Amino acid sequence: MAAEIYLNVAVSGLLTGLVYGLMAVGLSVIFGVVRVVNFAHGEMMTIAMYLAIVLFNGLGLDPLITVVPLAAVLFALGYAMQAGIINPFITRPEHSQFILLVAMALIIANVLLIVFGPDARGVQTPYSFDSFLVGPLIIDATKAYAGAATVAITAALFGFFRFAPLGKAIRACADNYTGALVVGLNVKRLYALTFGLGAACVGAAGSMLVLLVDVTPALGPALTLVAFIIVITGGLGSMPGAVLGGVLIGVTEAMAGLFFTPSAKSMFSFALLVVVLLFRPQGLLGKRPS
Amino acid sequence: MSPTTTNSSGLTRRGFAVAAGAAGLLASAVGDFARAQGGPLKVGVLLPRSGAQAGIGQDCQRGVELAPAIFKELGLPELAIMNADTETNVEVARARAEKLISDGAQLLVGAFDSGQSAAIAQVAEQKGIPFVINIAAAPQITEQGYKFVFRNFPTAAMILSDAFANQKELFEATGVAPKSVVFMHVNDTFGTAMQQGINAVLPRFSMPYQIVEQIAYDPTARDLSVEVAKAKATGAQALLLVSRLNDAILITRELVKQRWSPMAVLSMGPGWYEDQYLKTLGKLSDGPISFVPWYDPHKRLSKQLEAALAKAYPGINMNTNHVFTFEALLVAADAYKRARSSDPKALVDAIRTTNITDNVSIGPGIQFNDKGQNDKLKNAAIQNRGGKLLTIAPKEASNAKPELPMSAYDRRG
Repeated sequence: MAAEIYLNVAVSGLLTGLVYGLMAVGLSVIFGVVRVVNFAHGEMMTIAMYLAIVLFNGLGLDPLITVVPLAAVLFALGYAMQAGIINPFITRPEHSQFILLVAMALIIANVLLIVFGPDARGVQTPYSFDSFLVGPLIIDATKAYAGAATVAITAALFGFFRFAPLGKAIRACADNYTGALVVGLNVKRLYALTFGLGAACVGAAGSMLVLLVDVTPALGPALTLVAFIIVITGGLGSMPGAVLGGVLIGVTEAMAGLFFTPSAKSMFSFALLVVVLLFRPQGLLGKRPS
Repeated sequence: MSPTTTNSSGLTRRGFAVAAGAAGLLASAVGDFARAQGGPLKVGVLLPRSGAQAGIGQDCQRGVELAPAIFKELGLPELAIMNADTETNVEVARARAEKLISDGAQLLVGAFDSGQSAAIAQVAEQKGIPFVINIAAAPQITEQGYKFVFRNFPTAAMILSDAFANQKELFEATGVAPKSVVFMHVNDTFGTAMQQGINAVLPRFSMPYQIVEQIAYDPTARDLSVEVAKAKATGAQALLLVSRLNDAILITRELVKQRWSPMAVLSMGPGWYEDQYLKTLGKLSDGPISFVPWYDPHKRLSKQLEAALAKAYPGINMNTNHVFTFEALLVAADAYKRARSSDPKALVDAIRTTNITDNVSIGPGIQFNDKGQNDKLKNAAIQNRGGKLLTIAPKEASNAKPELPMSAYDRRG
């Protein structure tokens, strides 16, 4: 096999991994601060994907443009979910939170089934079939755009949490819940904002993912599972960890498909997860629990 | 002789007695028939209406919707359809079959997929309810010695034998043949059965090409870029495929993105001729040749079914899903008519002696062998051209000439 095939597959895996990373960033942000594992993550992503399709078919808006409005819509949805439904469960046992979010996932999937039906839906943009030829490399244009957007969104989010006063306040809540209350921070509002931000990432990712994957109401659990593998590999609560995890999973699956058999791609991503859990249980960039 | 009395309508007492007797006999006969039949036969139709195969399941449903009006014209009894969704899941298929039977289904039809059909076959056999498979090719389903399971669809081996024969016919007709192919197939029950079948059958046909690589993949995969890159890297001239709908679309997208136009795309299964494939990809859907169980466009019932489909679903091409789902119900209605009973054993006996020559699929008609398999079915080669599905082989059932090699993806405007 020519060397260029390895390069092409590695680049393809890298770009796919970046999109995976963006899928997982929202899950990681929410867990890192609110300490709630969002089991409705994939279903929220399917909401964003369907909204992107509606906007594309109804108004002709390109999914790359609807990244911003859909992030805003999902932010509002996430804020409302946290403030109205999830907040009372913050201090309850984890199994209560689990049941609540699984129930929400089921409700979302079934509402989507009623509204949109079971058929797979997707969008076809003028660049859906485009690719860039760079020397021996053939780069999928859609994946390249989505990968670039992932880097930009993650950098913006990282900057927000690092430098913005609101971001610092949210980090304070994550670091020390009681301390944040003592210094007068409105923790419930900040939690809702964080959930909103995580959901906004999901909205942005969903808008881009619809360029790559057709959506059905049943897609949610598969997306949730991929996001879980990524954040556990990268480190729960770590944004760079989510992106790194996504890239690792993307490249591992691609190379496993090339060297072994494509049927075994998922097996290798799970194997990577097991190895990470064995030797670094907190994930590659996660903090060791004190 | 006593005079006969005539009433004002001119009917004599003797005439009245004869008429009343005849009416009584008729009423008695009708009553017997109605009691024996017990109203419409309750047929549970199991299809993957959601999940990865939802598009195909719903396409099969069109065959169900078209049946009542045509059956009425054919003088066949009414069927009471009980729909169920297998959710593209073997365990759900099994559970739904049990539920349908407990809800009163007297015969089962389905389920498009080999894995799901095999699970339903086990339930049907355990419960003693006849099961007529519409679409499923895994040979083992009718090799288990089942008494209640019937299949009016070719097995993988039958499909493959016909497919290779049809391929040779096409290569000879066009004078164009690939020297090497990559074989890509889904790794589910159907795909694996077909893969084993191809490896077993191919040596017998001395094809002009060699399989240079075999690539198995998950039918629910969301990205097939690696698979296509791997296939392209072999330098093969053509693709041989066993696919489903979603992966057929994904593979075509990757072929275009990775700038690879094989000489031919030869599909041995569903996916490449589905309406959703044609609609999603537009002009990029042109060219692939599918070797599939198909309909004979020259048969009377084919024309009737095609006209009914065009009226009910304008713009939808008739395909395997409609044809074989319709024919499965045709088997059920025909058996019910002859059995005059919904008793499972009577129905099974009637199905076993089925001999429907006024049918749709290619071949002499619908008959079942001792294993419950219609082994007389024939395949066709069909090519996507301009959003239509043209039959290009066998010659006796064809309505167009083949186009080989197919036009390159980057030269389609």
